[in-house]
Amino acid sequence: MLSKTVAELATALAKKEVSSVELTQAYLDRIAQLNPALNAYVTTTPELALSQAAAADAQRAAGNATPFTGIPVAHKDIFCTRDVLTACGSRMLANFTSPYDACVVERLQSAGAVMLGKTNMDEFAMGSSNESSYFGAVHNPWDQDRVPGGSSGGSAAAVAADLCAIATGTDTGGSIRQPASFCGITGLKPTYGRVSRWGMIAFASSLDQAGPLSKSAEDAALMMNVIAGADARDSTCLDIPAEDFSAQLNQPLTGLRIGLPREHFSDGLSSQVQEILQLAIKTLESLGATVKTVELPNNHLSVPAYYVIAPAEASANLSRFDGARFGYRCENPVNLEDMYKRSRGEGFGDEVKRRIMVGTYALSAGYYDAYYKQAQKIRRLIKQDFDTAFKDVDLILGPTSPHTAFKLGEKNSDPVTMYLEDIYTIAVNLAGLPGISLPAGMLGGLPIGMQLVGPALSESRLLNVAHQFQLNTDWHTQRPEV
Amino acid sequence: MALDNTDVEKIAHLARLQISESDTLEVAQRISNILNMIDQMQNVDTSQVAPMAHPFDATQRLRPDVVTETNQRDQYQKIAPATQDGLYLVPKVIE
Repeated sequence: MLSKTVAELATALAKKEVSSVELTQAYLDRIAQLNPALNAYVTTTPELALSQAAAADAQRAAGNATPFTGIPVAHKDIFCTRDVLTACGSRMLANFTSPYDACVVERLQSAGAVMLGKTNMDEFAMGSSNESSYFGAVHNPWDQDRVPGGSSGGSAAAVAADLCAIATGTDTGGSIRQPASFCGITGLKPTYGRVSRWGMIAFASSLDQAGPLSKSAEDAALMMNVIAGADARDSTCLDIPAEDFSAQLNQPLTGLRIGLPREHFSDGLSSQVQEILQLAIKTLESLGATVKTVELPNNHLSVPAYYVIAPAEASANLSRFDGARFGYRCENPVNLEDMYKRSRGEGFGDEVKRRIMVGTYALSAGYYDAYYKQAQKIRRLIKQDFDTAFKDVDLILGPTSPHTAFKLGEKNSDPVTMYLEDIYTIAVNLAGLPGISLPAGMLGGLPIGMQLVGPALSESRLLNVAHQFQLNTDWHTQRPEV
Repeated sequence: MALDNTDVEKIAHLARLQISESDTLEVAQRISNILNMIDQMQNVDTSQVAPMAHPFDATQRLRPDVVTETNQRDQYQKIAPATQDGLYLVPKVIE
């Protein structure tokens, strides 16, 4: 039962094969059993979950069920949850209970979802391995000596290990897609502005976007139906009509034009991953798609441009953590400056401090043009590469990550090595485009993901292609033995 | 671009971050490595390219200038490190 998709659970709940209270209790029991080893959750909310489940069962009995009524979900600990600890992977917020719910949390709750708890993550979403969390690393359920990816590593591990039916995540440079790839699940990063960022703790505001980590593309569509849509409280949230992301899932792929970026299939990619992707491409061709090579000539500049823009925005966003109004305050500050410096110095971890300093430097007098302005110009070049490619193809297919999940500690010694992990995902954020990672094969007992990227607002098409792929393959149904 | 200890101290001060003296050298090295990676950008001719601040070049929406927030001071101050009479307490600013 616990390995079922949201769509399957919704049917089981509707047929009264199980109640939400029973389902919720079963997930809570499994979390109690497995979380000590995996560390996917930092907070569980059993009492709240069971009361929400009872309310969902009553709602269903009254005939008012939505597809999410009674479905147990997990939220990345970057989303504010009213009266529940919201620590964002940081000592800075280890004592922070939010006074309000994030828009995403609110919408899922209104749809009847049950919150099981909050999932572990890289501190302030800065990382690709989940190792920068103040609450310790998450262990990949496929091999507990390996990372789950990051920054939404707890959400990815929780979905893969059946510790929830579906989870929320956020993606600033690959933080939904890369952990989805490492944990063998589906992860969608929507178009910038599709989902409200209200109540989502800000890292880089022009790049951050929330989305689902799920057991299938069909489930990702179901969650998008709930969380996407205009929200006046986030001025960057797109004010466009609601969309039914499930409506196109069953369209045939006949005539679909897929672009394979030369730069994503070059030297940096192992031949084994290439072979897995070639098999996936053959599957899509057999369903009616055609493929051609496209160019993304500025892709190699995406990591440098990102590591100016994201830290610059982070240095501004994280200035709010000053020890004055909420969060961590150092002991016995002697004056205001001492309070700021020691609260921030003690409250933030090394990676967060590094990025704040890189951002501060890039924005400081005399360096702004050479760093920030140049990065914004390169951002436009990267966007134009995609615009050109999408004149010839409907979507772009490539690897999500250069390889399978790496070992804990393997890439910790040099930040730049870790940054290059996101070489295939970062450009998508800079261009504001939607991207999805879905399981495409296994390598040495570990899952490997394939990434599909489409033009702005093409989520329905991406989900359609992913769903058709999943109807014809079974990689997404494989589960680790935990 | 290589940073030295003095640069790190200056940036840390601008960012209001305390970095211990024993960590300064390592921080300088790591940030220098990051800046070296970033410096790949400097060889690109972007003289004809306009900077892009937002993926869709969107501008901020305006809303009517009316009060929509309710006063939730007590709730917000419940999670503050130190308050008194509805005020946030910080170390003395004026001697």
